[in-house]
Amino acid sequence: MIAFSPSARPLGTTALIYLALAGVLALGGAAVALDGGNLFATANLVDMLTRTSLTGFLAIGMTLVILCRSLDLSVGYVAALSSLVGATMMDGQAANLPLAVGAVLLVSGLIGAANGAIIAFLKVNPFIATLGTGLIIKGYLDTEYKGPAGDVPAVFQQFGYTRIAFVPVSAIVMLAVAAAAIWFLRATRTGHHMYAVGGDVDVARMSGIRTTRVLLTAHVLCGMTAGMAGLLLAARFGTGSAEAYTNLYELDAIAAVVLGGTLLLGGKGGVAGTVAGVAILAVLDTVFNVMQIDPFAKDVLRGAVIIAAVALYARRQLDRTARRPRFAAAQGIEEAQGRPS
Amino acid sequence: MTRVRAAAAALFGGGTGTVFALLVLIFAGIFAMNPGFFEGPSLMAFLKQAAPLVILAAGQYFVIVSGNFDLSVGALVGAQVVIAARLIDGEEPRTVPVLLVMLAFGLLVGLVNGLVTTVLKVQSFITTLGMLLVLYGAIRLWTGGAPTGALSESFRTAGRRGIENVPILGQIPWALLIMLAVGAGAILLMRTRFGRILMASGDNELAARLSGGRVDTVRTAAFVLSGLSATIAGVLIGGFAGVSAQVGEGLEFTVITAVVLGGVVLGGGRGAVLAAMAGALAIEALFTLFNQMALPATLRPTVQGAIIIAAVAYAARQRARPGATAAPATATATPS
Amino acid sequence: MTTVPVLAMRGIDKAFLGVPVLTSVDLTVEPGEVHALVGENGAGKSTLMKILAGVHSADAGTIELGGRAVSFTHPAQAQRAGVASVFQEFNLLPELSVAENVHLGREPRRLGRIDRRAMTARTADTLADLGVPDLSPTAKVGTLSVAYQQITEIAKALSQGADLICMDEPTAALADAEVALLYRLVERLRERGVAVLYVSHRLREIFDLCDRITVLKDGRLVETAATTAITPDELVTKMVGRRIEAQFPPRSSGTETGEVRLRVRGGGNDYVDGIDLEVRAGEIVGLAGLQGSGRTEIAEAVFGITPFTRGSVAVDGRPVRITRPRKAIAAGIALVTEDRKAQGLALHQSVRANARMVLDANARVHSRERLARIRGILSSLDLVSRGDDQEVQFLSGGNQQKVVVAKWLAAEPGVIVLDEPTRGIDVGAKHKLYSVIRSLAAEGLAVLLIASELIEVIGLADRIVVLHDGRIAGELPSGASEQEVMAYATGRHLEGTSREGTEPE
Repeated sequence: MIAFSPSARPLGTTALIYLALAGVLALGGAAVALDGGNLFATANLVDMLTRTSLTGFLAIGMTLVILCRSLDLSVGYVAALSSLVGATMMDGQAANLPLAVGAVLLVSGLIGAANGAIIAFLKVNPFIATLGTGLIIKGYLDTEYKGPAGDVPAVFQQFGYTRIAFVPVSAIVMLAVAAAAIWFLRATRTGHHMYAVGGDVDVARMSGIRTTRVLLTAHVLCGMTAGMAGLLLAARFGTGSAEAYTNLYELDAIAAVVLGGTLLLGGKGGVAGTVAGVAILAVLDTVFNVMQIDPFAKDVLRGAVIIAAVALYARRQLDRTARRPRFAAAQGIEEAQGRPS
Repeated sequence: MTRVRAAAAALFGGGTGTVFALLVLIFAGIFAMNPGFFEGPSLMAFLKQAAPLVILAAGQYFVIVSGNFDLSVGALVGAQVVIAARLIDGEEPRTVPVLLVMLAFGLLVGLVNGLVTTVLKVQSFITTLGMLLVLYGAIRLWTGGAPTGALSESFRTAGRRGIENVPILGQIPWALLIMLAVGAGAILLMRTRFGRILMASGDNELAARLSGGRVDTVRTAAFVLSGLSATIAGVLIGGFAGVSAQVGEGLEFTVITAVVLGGVVLGGGRGAVLAAMAGALAIEALFTLFNQMALPATLRPTVQGAIIIAAVAYAARQRARPGATAAPATATATPS
Repeated sequence: MTTVPVLAMRGIDKAFLGVPVLTSVDLTVEPGEVHALVGENGAGKSTLMKILAGVHSADAGTIELGGRAVSFTHPAQAQRAGVASVFQEFNLLPELSVAENVHLGREPRRLGRIDRRAMTARTADTLADLGVPDLSPTAKVGTLSVAYQQITEIAKALSQGADLICMDEPTAALADAEVALLYRLVERLRERGVAVLYVSHRLREIFDLCDRITVLKDGRLVETAATTAITPDELVTKMVGRRIEAQFPPRSSGTETGEVRLRVRGGGNDYVDGIDLEVRAGEIVGLAGLQGSGRTEIAEAVFGITPFTRGSVAVDGRPVRITRPRKAIAAGIALVTEDRKAQGLALHQSVRANARMVLDANARVHSRERLARIRGILSSLDLVSRGDDQEVQFLSGGNQQKVVVAKWLAAEPGVIVLDEPTRGIDVGAKHKLYSVIRSLAAEGLAVLLIASELIEVIGLADRIVVLHDGRIAGELPSGASEQEVMAYATGRHLEGTSREGTEPE
């Protein structure tokens, strides 16, 4: 039995996930060291951080929609579309950058708004709604872009490759966006209300929260982070690419979010945990890479890790509800046995 | 008239008639474009091609109606085809043993999905997403990236051949007969005690439990059935299309689309298996219609996406209408 | 009186499906007053409260708040107008902190961002004001006891600027120490000039806390009296005393009380304790008690939902260990649950599918013969539907309940537990169920009947077992008066001893 006093409260989920990250780093480091390598060599650190940024962008937005008890399966397609919109608008000219970035954020935000509107107003299950919009975008991409298109000017390609010390710029930007999202969830009413909408939409409505507006905002922001991911893709490839969606980024993002302790059913979690979830997946990838383990083994491990993590969270959740006293318990067993019947 | 309607409702599950109307509409479109489509051989060819998706839809139906998802079926179909090619490696006598191995593997994957979901209380979305990743990676790990080996001729019979030289029809494909058998089996299964408790578990888990229903057991069994359907579909697809690394990719979403198009509600408890299979047929017919219209194949997903959203929005509206106060507030909830 | 009343309801009428629940009810609450609303279950208290909270709207009559006429169509409107309701189902988010819940939807802001410091400080002030400084504003609500969750709700109501707080059976789920806390809290509210409408059965609390008492009976106002002008006995007399007049069918002739079919000895778990209970073939035993007294908990323990962890159970003389509903069903026990929509029916399935659910789910009771009898059972219950294919969600409450009863009768149980079988159903269906219950007993079933409406228990049961705070307070024969039952149920027969009567030394 765990004591009720607040001082003895079990570790928070976010603390737990960072502890897990530290554990994965330590174990990974040890494994690589045994193999004769150094996980913390600059090249490996760069590799790790680079891996975090793309999934990171997507997972930040995904966290917001999942917190609202929604889902977005279209982000991979939105990212691919955004890379094309960005690259074609840049057209190799640095002067076009502001316009191109603006256009990407506008398009991706509008797609997010469409997702939110279909879910909120047409009452379509989020799974189906965003799967549908994803397919619509996929068809458009397949039809309109047979191959890479657009040209990213060298300046913007820096976004994909430059780094300060061992930290890639893209990772810095991603972390900045994550920090902004954390601030948004904590400090703004809309952000804070996402927990209420995902926790219990009726309670939220009873408290005067405009629930559809909150849901729409989450989807718009999720679309925009997918747009940012698209810009990063464009910067890395030097061109826009429709093929990007084949990598199932949306599933990676969802995996990182739930690994980070956000409840798939909404109302609980946060971006800090998601960043740790993204990092754990990236560390695993890098370890496998350094140890030259078959890249496909990482998918196997990744699948197992996600299931194990959610099973663990489910267990903690159950324990917590089970401990809730519902009624002043009748006197203890000793007394009951002591009474003549 | 009412009796006919009652009989239809019993068969189609009531309220899911939309998909049959849609099917008729699409077929009418195809007929308008190409009357020759309904001649025996081309119709048979269509059904042969559609059979795997219809069979997968039946399997997915069991999982969805009990209140879960199975995202791992596409990866499982791919895995089965690769396993078959690698293990048979062109050796005719290995066909039957390998089929048994595949069967065991499919059932095992379903069992693991079911147990993780019901015993460990992991949402099925995550369970089967994890399974998707595991299968995808494990198969490529095993084969070193690209599928190796070859299928035997007898293995490919089910997906390719049929009863030949039938008057009018030409060939009656084995795939069609298997599809009909699976469909009949699925319909019958839903009429058994198992099927009824499965349906009740998806509709009101607590009521089913308090009536003595073994909710966890039937839900696990639904995943096993989904694994079985993916195995059968794998055999047919392997036989029909041969082996490639891409087999099965994205199939899970097409199947879920098909089932939902059939009026089956995500979250469970509503919809008929026949309608789910009709949904799969409608999607395949839609693809055929696109071909007839010489629509670029690349545009298919767009239309598919628009239709699925429209169909579900329409169904949501229909459900909200009778007795709006009684409408459950779970319309937008994500099933676990 | 010269002050403008906080609340003045006049001539309120309300009917559900044509059945009048409230008829021309008046209720006036003065500022800073603690006003008790009492009456038996079914007297209309809850409906009146829900009208006030904006959950239902009245068919006729006027509501004035502070002299201004209002009409609510949504609960949020009532809240904005200064009426806060603390229902038994909580309106809180368990994953958020106390302060976040208190300010949900109205978070204080500074420079455009949520000012958490102010939120915490204001909540701490409110809680200190309420006399509960030990409740931390940053504690997560899901980790709090029921009492502290209630306090959080009250703090939320206060921070919304409520002038009137309605509390529905606030002590039903509280332990003794927590009740004392609530007492203090109500006193604080009174001091602050906030009016409290206090719905309770517990006479002791009413006389301890309230200034005036309004009594409802059968949806009509009986009297509003100052607490000082009435004795507890007079109050009980005013609440009860409806004529039972031919409302209940007589015992079927030939009903014989036979062997003991259900026997519980020393049954107990976290919710009830020391339960000794016997129900014989042909006997209807009523379980009476206030809300939260452990009636439903006994039903759930007998049926294996939250099993007894102490004591023993025997069915037809055979000892059984019932740890799950399946085992109860195998032992021949049936439970018609309290909440038919949440626990009894698969709403989107047909009448037939629901009626055969128990047979389908349990191989041990399934048989062709029993399946074949279902149609007959439904007919004998006078089920009104558009055929057995109709989805049960479209049936009336009474007909839904008949389907639930049918699904259990299909399994031919030896013991049937009925938990609030007539809640929320129309008069016709009620009468049908009464005669069904009688005939079940005549067929030799052991019937355990739980009902909040005392007259039902009195009118139907051969014996009445009265519960108080999770224990059996006493047993009364058939034909006991409502006053006698209430005396046990409210713990009044214990007065002079401690409230529990069993406090550990």
